[in-house]
Amino acid sequence: MSKSSFVRTAMIAPSLPPASERGVIKWLRENLFSGPFNTILTLVAIWAIYTLIKGSVPWLSNSVWNAESLRECRDIVIAQSGEEATGACWAMVRVRWNQFLFGLYEVSEYWRPTTAFALMFVALTPVLYYGLRRPATILVGVVSVLLVLALFGLGTDSGHILMMAAIMAVLTAVAWIAPKRLVIVTILFPLIAFYMLWGGSVWGPVGTFVGFAIFALVWWISQRFVGVVVAAAVGLIAAAIWWGTLQTAFTTALHTAMPIELLYIRSDDFGGFLLAFVIGITAITASLPIGILLALGRQSDMPIVKTLSVGFIEFFRGVPLITVLFAANFMLLYFLPPRTNFDLILRVIIVVIIFASAYIAEVIRGGLAALPRGQYEAADALGLDYWQAQRLIIMPQALKISIPGIVSSFIGLFKDTTLVALVGLMDPLQGVTKVVRSDTAWKGIYWEPYLFVGAIFFLVCFSMSRYSMYLENKLKTDHR
Amino acid sequence: MTLASDTPKDSFRLSMLIYDTRYRSYTIQFIVLGLVMLFFMWLVNNTITNLADRGKDIGFGFLWSRAGYDIDQQLIPYTNDSTHFRALLIGLLNTFAVAIAACFLATVIGVTVGILRLSNNWLVARLMTVYVEVFRNVPLLLWIILTYVIFSETRPVPKDYKVTDEMIAAGQAPKATMALWDTVAVTNRSTNLPAPLLDRPLGGFDFLSIPINLSVLATLAVIIGSVWFNRRLLKRAKAIQEATGDRPTTWWKSLLILFVPVILLLTAMGLHWEYPVLKGFNFQGGYSIAHSFTALTIAISLYSASYVAESVRAGILAISKGQSEAAYALGLRPNRTMNLVVLPQALRVIVPPMISQYLNITKNTTLGTAISYLDLKGTLGGITLNQTGRELECMMLMMLIYLVISLMISTVLNVYNTSVKLKER
Repeated sequence: MSKSSFVRTAMIAPSLPPASERGVIKWLRENLFSGPFNTILTLVAIWAIYTLIKGSVPWLSNSVWNAESLRECRDIVIAQSGEEATGACWAMVRVRWNQFLFGLYEVSEYWRPTTAFALMFVALTPVLYYGLRRPATILVGVVSVLLVLALFGLGTDSGHILMMAAIMAVLTAVAWIAPKRLVIVTILFPLIAFYMLWGGSVWGPVGTFVGFAIFALVWWISQRFVGVVVAAAVGLIAAAIWWGTLQTAFTTALHTAMPIELLYIRSDDFGGFLLAFVIGITAITASLPIGILLALGRQSDMPIVKTLSVGFIEFFRGVPLITVLFAANFMLLYFLPPRTNFDLILRVIIVVIIFASAYIAEVIRGGLAALPRGQYEAADALGLDYWQAQRLIIMPQALKISIPGIVSSFIGLFKDTTLVALVGLMDPLQGVTKVVRSDTAWKGIYWEPYLFVGAIFFLVCFSMSRYSMYLENKLKTDHR
Repeated sequence: MTLASDTPKDSFRLSMLIYDTRYRSYTIQFIVLGLVMLFFMWLVNNTITNLADRGKDIGFGFLWSRAGYDIDQQLIPYTNDSTHFRALLIGLLNTFAVAIAACFLATVIGVTVGILRLSNNWLVARLMTVYVEVFRNVPLLLWIILTYVIFSETRPVPKDYKVTDEMIAAGQAPKATMALWDTVAVTNRSTNLPAPLLDRPLGGFDFLSIPINLSVLATLAVIIGSVWFNRRLLKRAKAIQEATGDRPTTWWKSLLILFVPVILLLTAMGLHWEYPVLKGFNFQGGYSIAHSFTALTIAISLYSASYVAESVRAGILAISKGQSEAAYALGLRPNRTMNLVVLPQALRVIVPPMISQYLNITKNTTLGTAISYLDLKGTLGGITLNQTGRELECMMLMMLIYLVISLMISTVLNVYNTSVKLKER
């Protein structure tokens, strides 16, 4: 038997794919140079990126952080990197930092808006992590540390820092021991924030709070007898009686007995990002419930309620926000009783709330319309009344569907807070930047303030949109 | 034993107004209507008292008195002797000018960006994502002001364009030169473009005190006629193709029909261009476009384009992959697949948000106030309001006009929606 035949006993190791089909080259071929058109696109994109980098990198790398005027900035840049060099003058942001954040707010009272801002996160904790001990504690703890650091940075007196540190320590402890109790902070937050920001006598907000408490009490007692809607009306009447007649006497009496007060800050002094956040956050919180009610009104079977809701929504969606703001500025004086003196910020906030709620209503109506009819019928079949059905069956689903729309309305709303400058408030974009640019020391500066303001807006809006995407994923219960 | 048929007698009791769902809705509506009417009565009452306090009345007669202020961008003739109503019209036309220009640009940019964002090209897709995110998350007002400031602060002053004899002798170049073969000059004041002029214009007439230019009308008529003839030609070619299987060559006929008549007409009228020339301290001749217009248009276009891009992307993604795969299976080429299968279905998703984006663009033109662009908000709601002190009338009129524009656009949207709705049986 000849041994000439050859049988391979081991497999040849698989050879690598051709060089053009693997690794970086393959990726480049597939993703950047897959055809003549794509190649051209890639080259154009590279050229665009190159121009951007060429324009901005030297400018950014020559940044000046310490100077007192634009001229000084330019001199420093020229001294550092030669006659033709350009450099960013961030010293402007440094010098005007407080004004960008607080406008003309009283310097010694900077701790108040800062604390209110920190408390906002504490108030948000139950919304984000209801009853979850660890994340709640971590959030409140981190906010506490940041708050104390920020107060140090703003040069607050040590008395207030100690007080705030103590309060925040208590809140952190509450978050650890009974995280659900933080809801109390959430409920009280609007009044606390209002008082912290505007100041004045402590008894004013307390009186307002008593009104709300009366409303809640009357509503809770009467709702089992007359139904939810009528009970709300009765409660509202009771609260109105309190606010209209009794409150002033009550608060003046208490104020003379126990004068506890913070320095009163006039609305005109609000400015910068403080103003943007006050308007934006108030409008966001208030427009959601009003928007839900409007959407329900529009979907309602009652023709008069429906017509009114449609009219309201279409009117406010049909006119530009600026005209509504100007109306608040000019026309409200005619519509209110003679000699009513209404704070401009309050007017603007109310108008923005009304405007935003019309948009939210449309978004939520979309969510309501997207629910299959069976859901409504199932709720009826279970014997739930209208409000129970809305609360337990319809709204949780409709709101979940409309999260992306709601958040993008919120983003739009926050961006629109810049428009208040056009009625004379000092928002960060128009108001503060204009003041800075008309200062002789900073005349001729334009990239830096706009980039700075734009970057902060971008940060806030971008994180909101990312959070909505996260929420959407988290709440996605259909397995597709 | 009670039977289901034993329904209680329907005798009406007063308490049924609250407890019986059949009647409760009437009660609620009655109360709501009453409250709303009370509220409006309160408003009207306050307004009357306030007006009486200030010794004012409500009337629109002020619209016919002399305006007395200048508007630098005017699409129909206007002087400061014209009426406030004329100023209103100018403002409205300026609003439309920005709105139309911005809608057009935003669509072009937005569709391009939306498609590029879906492209296989990794770099371009990322770049477009960055563009969309940056523009969507920063207030429009910032873009408008920034564009305006860049135009007015970084462009050279007109005198930088000046070339004097000494400079020629010294071989010195001027600090700034005109772009596009010396036809366009962008100074810190305005953009100067060449303007078309006619040697033998056809004249014109006034219609409701708006001048109508016959030359422009004639040109438009010729263009429309050419397009119509071209369409007839193509239709005929298609008919022949379907009857015989051969398509007659049409491209040179199309070119002939589309271009020759217009060119003949324009040469007959003696078309030539008037270029902007530096005279004294500023450019003279040609069209001078204020930076407020340019900046507003560019900023709104770029901002809205990011929204348009997102709706285009969403529309294309909404078409299931099976559709394009089926088209490939039928042997259609990629661009035919796009044109015949994907786009017609995607448009159903894309167009409604696009139209509401146009509505937003129109409303956003009011932001021109920030850079003193005199649109409707600037004339009627700005200078006229301040001069006449008639806040109530001006604001109401202005809101009404914007409302009418919005409602018109939404009507178009609704008509479109019903026309493309899937016909389900």
